[in-house]
Amino acid sequence: MNATILLFLLQDGITNGAIYALLGLALVLVFAVTRVILIPQGEFVTYGALTYAALASGKFPDTAQLALAMGLVAFVFDLFANRHGFSLRRTVRSFAVNVVLSGAVLAATLAFAGRKNPVFVDVGLALLIVACIGLYLYRIVYQPIAHASVLTLLIASVGAHLAMQGFALVFFGAEGLRGPAISDVSFSLGALMFTGQSLGVYVITAALIVALWLFFGYTLYGRALRATAVNRLGARLVGIRTSLSGRMAFLLAAVIGGISGILIVPITTLYYDTGFIIGLKGFVVAIIGGLVSYPITAAAAIGVGIIEAFSSFYASNYKEVIVFTLILPILVLRSLAAPEVEEEQD
Amino acid sequence: MRARLPILIFALVMAVIPFVPDVPPFWLVLLNNIGLAALVAMGLVLLTGVGGLTSFGQAAFCGFGAYTTAVITTAYGLSPWLTLPLSLVVSGLAAVILGLMTVRLSGHYLPLGTLAWGLALYYLFSKLEFLGRNDGISSIPPLAIGSYRMLSPEAIYYAIWAAVIISAILTLNLLDSRTGRAIRALRRGHIAAEAFGVQTARAKLLVFIYAAVLAGLSGWLYAHFQRTVNPTPFGLLASMEYLFIAVVGGAGHVWGAVLGAGVVVILKEVLQNAVPAIFNVQAQFEIIVFGIMLFVLLQVAPTGMWPQLMALWPWRAPPKAVDADAAPLAARGKTPPADGVLLRIDGARKEFGGVVAVNDVSFEVRTNEIVALIGPNGAGKSTTFNLVTGVIKATAGHVALGADSIDGAAPQEVVRRGVARTFQHVKLVPDMTVLENVAIGAHLRGHAGAIASMLRLDRADETRLLAEAARQIARVGLTDQMHQLAGSLSLGQQRIVEIARALCVDPVLLLLDEPAAGLRHMEKQKLAELLRSLRDGGVSVLLVEHDMGFVMDLADRIVVLDFGTRIAEGPPAEIMRNPEVIKAYLGGAA
Repeated sequence: MNATILLFLLQDGITNGAIYALLGLALVLVFAVTRVILIPQGEFVTYGALTYAALASGKFPDTAQLALAMGLVAFVFDLFANRHGFSLRRTVRSFAVNVVLSGAVLAATLAFAGRKNPVFVDVGLALLIVACIGLYLYRIVYQPIAHASVLTLLIASVGAHLAMQGFALVFFGAEGLRGPAISDVSFSLGALMFTGQSLGVYVITAALIVALWLFFGYTLYGRALRATAVNRLGARLVGIRTSLSGRMAFLLAAVIGGISGILIVPITTLYYDTGFIIGLKGFVVAIIGGLVSYPITAAAAIGVGIIEAFSSFYASNYKEVIVFTLILPILVLRSLAAPEVEEEQD
Repeated sequence: MRARLPILIFALVMAVIPFVPDVPPFWLVLLNNIGLAALVAMGLVLLTGVGGLTSFGQAAFCGFGAYTTAVITTAYGLSPWLTLPLSLVVSGLAAVILGLMTVRLSGHYLPLGTLAWGLALYYLFSKLEFLGRNDGISSIPPLAIGSYRMLSPEAIYYAIWAAVIISAILTLNLLDSRTGRAIRALRRGHIAAEAFGVQTARAKLLVFIYAAVLAGLSGWLYAHFQRTVNPTPFGLLASMEYLFIAVVGGAGHVWGAVLGAGVVVILKEVLQNAVPAIFNVQAQFEIIVFGIMLFVLLQVAPTGMWPQLMALWPWRAPPKAVDADAAPLAARGKTPPADGVLLRIDGARKEFGGVVAVNDVSFEVRTNEIVALIGPNGAGKSTTFNLVTGVIKATAGHVALGADSIDGAAPQEVVRRGVARTFQHVKLVPDMTVLENVAIGAHLRGHAGAIASMLRLDRADETRLLAEAARQIARVGLTDQMHQLAGSLSLGQQRIVEIARALCVDPVLLLLDEPAAGLRHMEKQKLAELLRSLRDGGVSVLLVEHDMGFVMDLADRIVVLDFGTRIAEGPPAEIMRNPEVIKAYLGGAA
């Protein structure tokens, strides 16, 4: 190995690691607020990436229809939940959030699809669609069982993952898609090539991490989310709507997942099930962070990205085996270090 | 034997199915698939439904079983019957390795760990040269008895369903035993179980291994049924499907696994045929339907189908027989300490971060004495209990039982020495009967292990444990409620059940955390009477209580804590007049 290869692998690892960091952060966020282990995070990546790629190639993305369909279901859920105390205000609000919003997104998609749009329009539309799906996913799958055990929520996650991955296959087919780069700037520094895309990955990841940190540390909503994470009942008693916190967390996770997808789809070809594997690597780093720590999660992500890059160079056949086995020594360490905590379950 | 009758009928029905004239061979293939899935799901029922642990890696354990026999029978020509134990051992060992790493971690790490591990193993199966990579291994020999080779679906049908029925019986036996009660207590947190000597980490490991071995058995049968193996059926999707089966059937019910397997396998078959025909699509629509059904099911019927079905079943199982004449369990040799001091707490201190919950507290409990620990809320009374019983480790100070230091002893060790406790927040297993809950208290006084329980070699031991539990239930006056589920009792009665459970330890020292809360006046009087008779019988009692009438009437001596510090100690009459105590309770100058 020479220095060029070393640098190249490092660069590759950091780019991948940045994506895992984003996903890991989103997983930590969702788990902290809702106790949901968000297996469908990977589908947000897929949906974001493939929706963007479809729009960019002039096709209409069926995910927009899914968003409207899920919005309708969420609206019906709201109506059903309020059947004993009908309130016009609540119903109108639910109609606006679930039906009008997703309807508007579908209308915008219909208007823009099939044309050559500026990149930011395609990106914006893709993110809007994924955001809607994330929002409604929480309402439909998780909110009715928000108080169930972590285990029950996890099994529900598996269901949501299976359904969403199935839809991805229906919408985008088994063929992979690749999207256009967000910017085609490129320059070289010594032996290393920097593309606008990879720089975008770094900048956006860093910006999102800082934004999350500011959001949770210094804003009322951020603090409300943290309060919900610590004690749901207590948060409710001081007037925080925990279902709103849950939706916020899912909205953020969906947008972060969508951004990750859009960032990588110009670099690698994405298939309907690629997001799942990428999302699971997000889990590996989130677990290293103990599902609570943002800085450790971000650092672990870079580490995992670099290990992955090196193992794909030296033992490409065993790349996935190595990355997923990484979790085992971590669990051993945690198991030695972590004090046992009593869990009041059921 | 009456309880086993439905199983016998089920076995007979399954046995005659292949003899039904004109039964399509395809049905038998489906039934074989159901049996194979049921075996894996049965392990998950024990792991997830009963033990509260979840695994997304069960299909990988099937893979261990299947690949072990595939490699050895094809490469070395060994008979499949000889590879059966090997397959089970390999899947069991894999579970030991993974289990040792994860069982001590809180609940959600195990599913995530198994998720990653399951995926890594799947990739490993598909990359290793000697496992045939993605093509797998083919021309595996069929099972054979003498010259009869089980080539057709109806031939191996009997092997598969015999395995299912035998496994079900062994699993039911295991659950209805000393070890089974320990496993069933796991889901409610480990503190209560450990307080009665259950090694919770070991119990978790046991169910994890048991589930893996059942999966390995299924894998072994699969390899000789399909006669070819490749990585696909051992991937993550398959693991999720097994979990789905357990949830559909009713995680927590052994027969739910069989029911769930039947429903899911048939449903999958129908969906695979019907959906493309109706919608004219190529995509795997059944996956979408599957996923949606999974979370819809969790919302509308979180307990699964088996309990719903059983509610329609008109015959109830008879209550568990208790043999009143069973030989009593060996009693603890009680030699009172020479200086008469049974429990000595010396400068005990507990800090949680900056908060000092217990501040250098010292006091003693003597033999044949009832000591009350009182103080306002947050005074550190329950924390003191937790320090004595080893639930939390003291920051400083010493605790001694008689002449022996129990500093840093684990809860299991403390109870072994005869210190039994109840909890401020009742910790019973609500879906177990009062009798079974109380029998957990006698855990350390029984000896039968998991294997003996499965084979029903534990009955002598079990009879004596249950008889002891029944005796203690009678002692606290709850005989009429003995066969009810603990969760159906009033809170006051549940506290009494906890006392009976603690008495099953045959304790020298009883720690009672607010035993009289929720009791009516008459019940309190009966409780006081019981505690006095225990004291006179040689059991010392240390109790935390807020009912001052009850305490003043009962206690020989009272220790008062306030903000973690001992502010007074003495006989009741003295404590009632102590100005410090009055200040602590009423605040300011009263």
